[in-house]
Amino acid sequence: MKLYEYQARELLEQAGVPFPPGRVAASAEQAARAAAELGPPVVIKAQVLTGGRGKAGGVKMARSVEEAGGRAREILALRIKEIPVARVLVAKEVDIRKEYYLAITVDRSAKKPVLIASVSGGVDIEELAVREPEQILTLHLDPQAAPRKPALRRFLSRVFPDSQVEEALGLLLRLYRLFQSKDCSLVEINPLAGLADGSLLAADAKVVLDDNGLFKHPELEGYRNAEEYSEDESAARAAGLAFVGLDGDIGCIVNGAGLAMATMDQIKLFGGEPANFLDVGGSSSPEKVLAALNILRKNPRLKAVLINIFGGITRCDDIARGILIARAQAGLDLPLVIRLIGANQKEGAELLAREGLAALKDMSQAVKAVLGAARP
Amino acid sequence: MSILIDAQTKVIVQGITGRDGSLHALAMREYGTKLVGGVTPGKGGLEVKGIPVFETVREAVEATGAQASVIFVPARFATSALREAADAGLSLVVCITEGIPVLEMLASYHYVRKRGVRLIGPNCPGLITPGRAKAGIMPAAIHQPGNVGVISRSDTLTYEVVYNLTRRGLGQSTCVGIGGDPVVGTGFLELLELFERDPGTSAVALIGEIGGEEEEQAAEYIRANMHKPVVAFISGRTAPAGKRMGHAGAIISGGKGTAEAKVEAFAWAGVPVADRPDQMPALLKERMQEDARRGI
Repeated sequence: MKLYEYQARELLEQAGVPFPPGRVAASAEQAARAAAELGPPVVIKAQVLTGGRGKAGGVKMARSVEEAGGRAREILALRIKEIPVARVLVAKEVDIRKEYYLAITVDRSAKKPVLIASVSGGVDIEELAVREPEQILTLHLDPQAAPRKPALRRFLSRVFPDSQVEEALGLLLRLYRLFQSKDCSLVEINPLAGLADGSLLAADAKVVLDDNGLFKHPELEGYRNAEEYSEDESAARAAGLAFVGLDGDIGCIVNGAGLAMATMDQIKLFGGEPANFLDVGGSSSPEKVLAALNILRKNPRLKAVLINIFGGITRCDDIARGILIARAQAGLDLPLVIRLIGANQKEGAELLAREGLAALKDMSQAVKAVLGAARP
Repeated sequence: MSILIDAQTKVIVQGITGRDGSLHALAMREYGTKLVGGVTPGKGGLEVKGIPVFETVREAVEATGAQASVIFVPARFATSALREAADAGLSLVVCITEGIPVLEMLASYHYVRKRGVRLIGPNCPGLITPGRAKAGIMPAAIHQPGNVGVISRSDTLTYEVVYNLTRRGLGQSTCVGIGGDPVVGTGFLELLELFERDPGTSAVALIGEIGGEEEEQAAEYIRANMHKPVVAFISGRTAPAGKRMGHAGAIISGGKGTAEAKVEAFAWAGVPVADRPDQMPALLKERMQEDARRGI
């Protein structure tokens, strides 16, 4: 789960990381008031979950309270990667002499947390990794032990001047405590500003929380952001489905993430365009199938639906019941191609046959059939 | 022959009194697995259809001589169950549980490793040596004994591939689902190594997906070390970047983990990549016949 900058900042501030004073504003008036309280000059930043807000005009300077209101109005009128900007962060401008990068994330291959630091902060780290990989330093941490200060000091002294190493170390330890205690996938400060007086200040922050860890942190529930998920994606999550909307016109309902992706891929391979990724998961209550069909039907581009089920824990007869209930309740008027195989496939096929629906056994055949049905 | 599990392996189920645990314990036993017991704290002394339930893994191991465990306990208790299994001296632990926090898994991964335990999963369907034993939740009926090793990050997609292999007369030596999480115990590399050494395996079907770099590493390993033919399939060619596709591990981010990169890596390693699951049997047969002609 991605957090907005102002939310990430809140968590980091609680952990003891210093930021320039700032306020969140949802209107030009609020932004002007915030600028008056903070005292200009201020920076006004769009609060969005996608990257590249600077290039999209979502970050502006203001030298007066009036200018702050005007700039905030401009930013709040923007759509960044099609997402309207609902809030801005107004932060006091600071005199930055040097921009560093500091982050902690998980290295899947090494199976360890990894510390990432750079003397070239302030830019997109992924771009920097491609352009100047030697500018990025990493250090793996032992997930079973407390971090060892001498090793961290040595690492940090390759990035920061000697006079700042101790301050950077304190900051890093607080950052790592936050990373561990809240089950984060990423904590990032970019840029970490070196000020004229030699102190360090976080000028921007990013936090991504591990969805699997959220059950341990009810205090973070309030951070859940509607923007990260479309309306359909949110409805799917509420129903226990994994759903991602795409641009095509062939809907799919599949059990299992790998098979769901393979189904999309094969639709494309055979010349069609998938409308979505949808994994009904391991269990197979009729309600899930109904919820899945209801989410898909809202898509005006949809021309046909493919249900591809390989029964295991999911039983084909349960899926068949779900399809029949959904059909009766929802009056589905789109072509529906059903592929059922595995646990209880015979029972499932019989249930469908009684209502005049055929169940195919072969995946390639089913994909061809749904493409044929979509292009009469 | 096979890898990791055979008809002699003594298996226990952790979380055996739960709904999934009991259902699959009985299915495993019915398939022929030597299922010698189960563990549920607070339920020691009970039985599940004749399978004795123990209070702790250590008690179960002492009483039954169990070598392997299959874990079905809920996510919030799963890493303690993993560590308990490792401490009790089991050599193989299969964790079916999904939804384990990544940072917990990181620490537990190193913990069980240090104790020499082979961990499969979490968030996986387990493994099966067809005709002999299964330690997992896969539908047994689609499998057939044979000499193709199967390794996969997925569950139902693995069934799809296995179904196609069996349908085309290609039986399997052992099928292993390694799990769909970002951090899993045993990866492609170690299993490729085991299959390379297993006299009962003559080719390997590898089923990968977007996210991470395990497929790329597998390709490097194959190019450098494998003599047996490997055929691959990668799901997620149409997946958009930045969106988690069901599995916590299946996400393209920062330009990494794309299907193109993985397909390219396999092509470089001389591993044919099927465009569709049902092309895998033909590709495998081709490669196996080439090997036979060369007299390997």
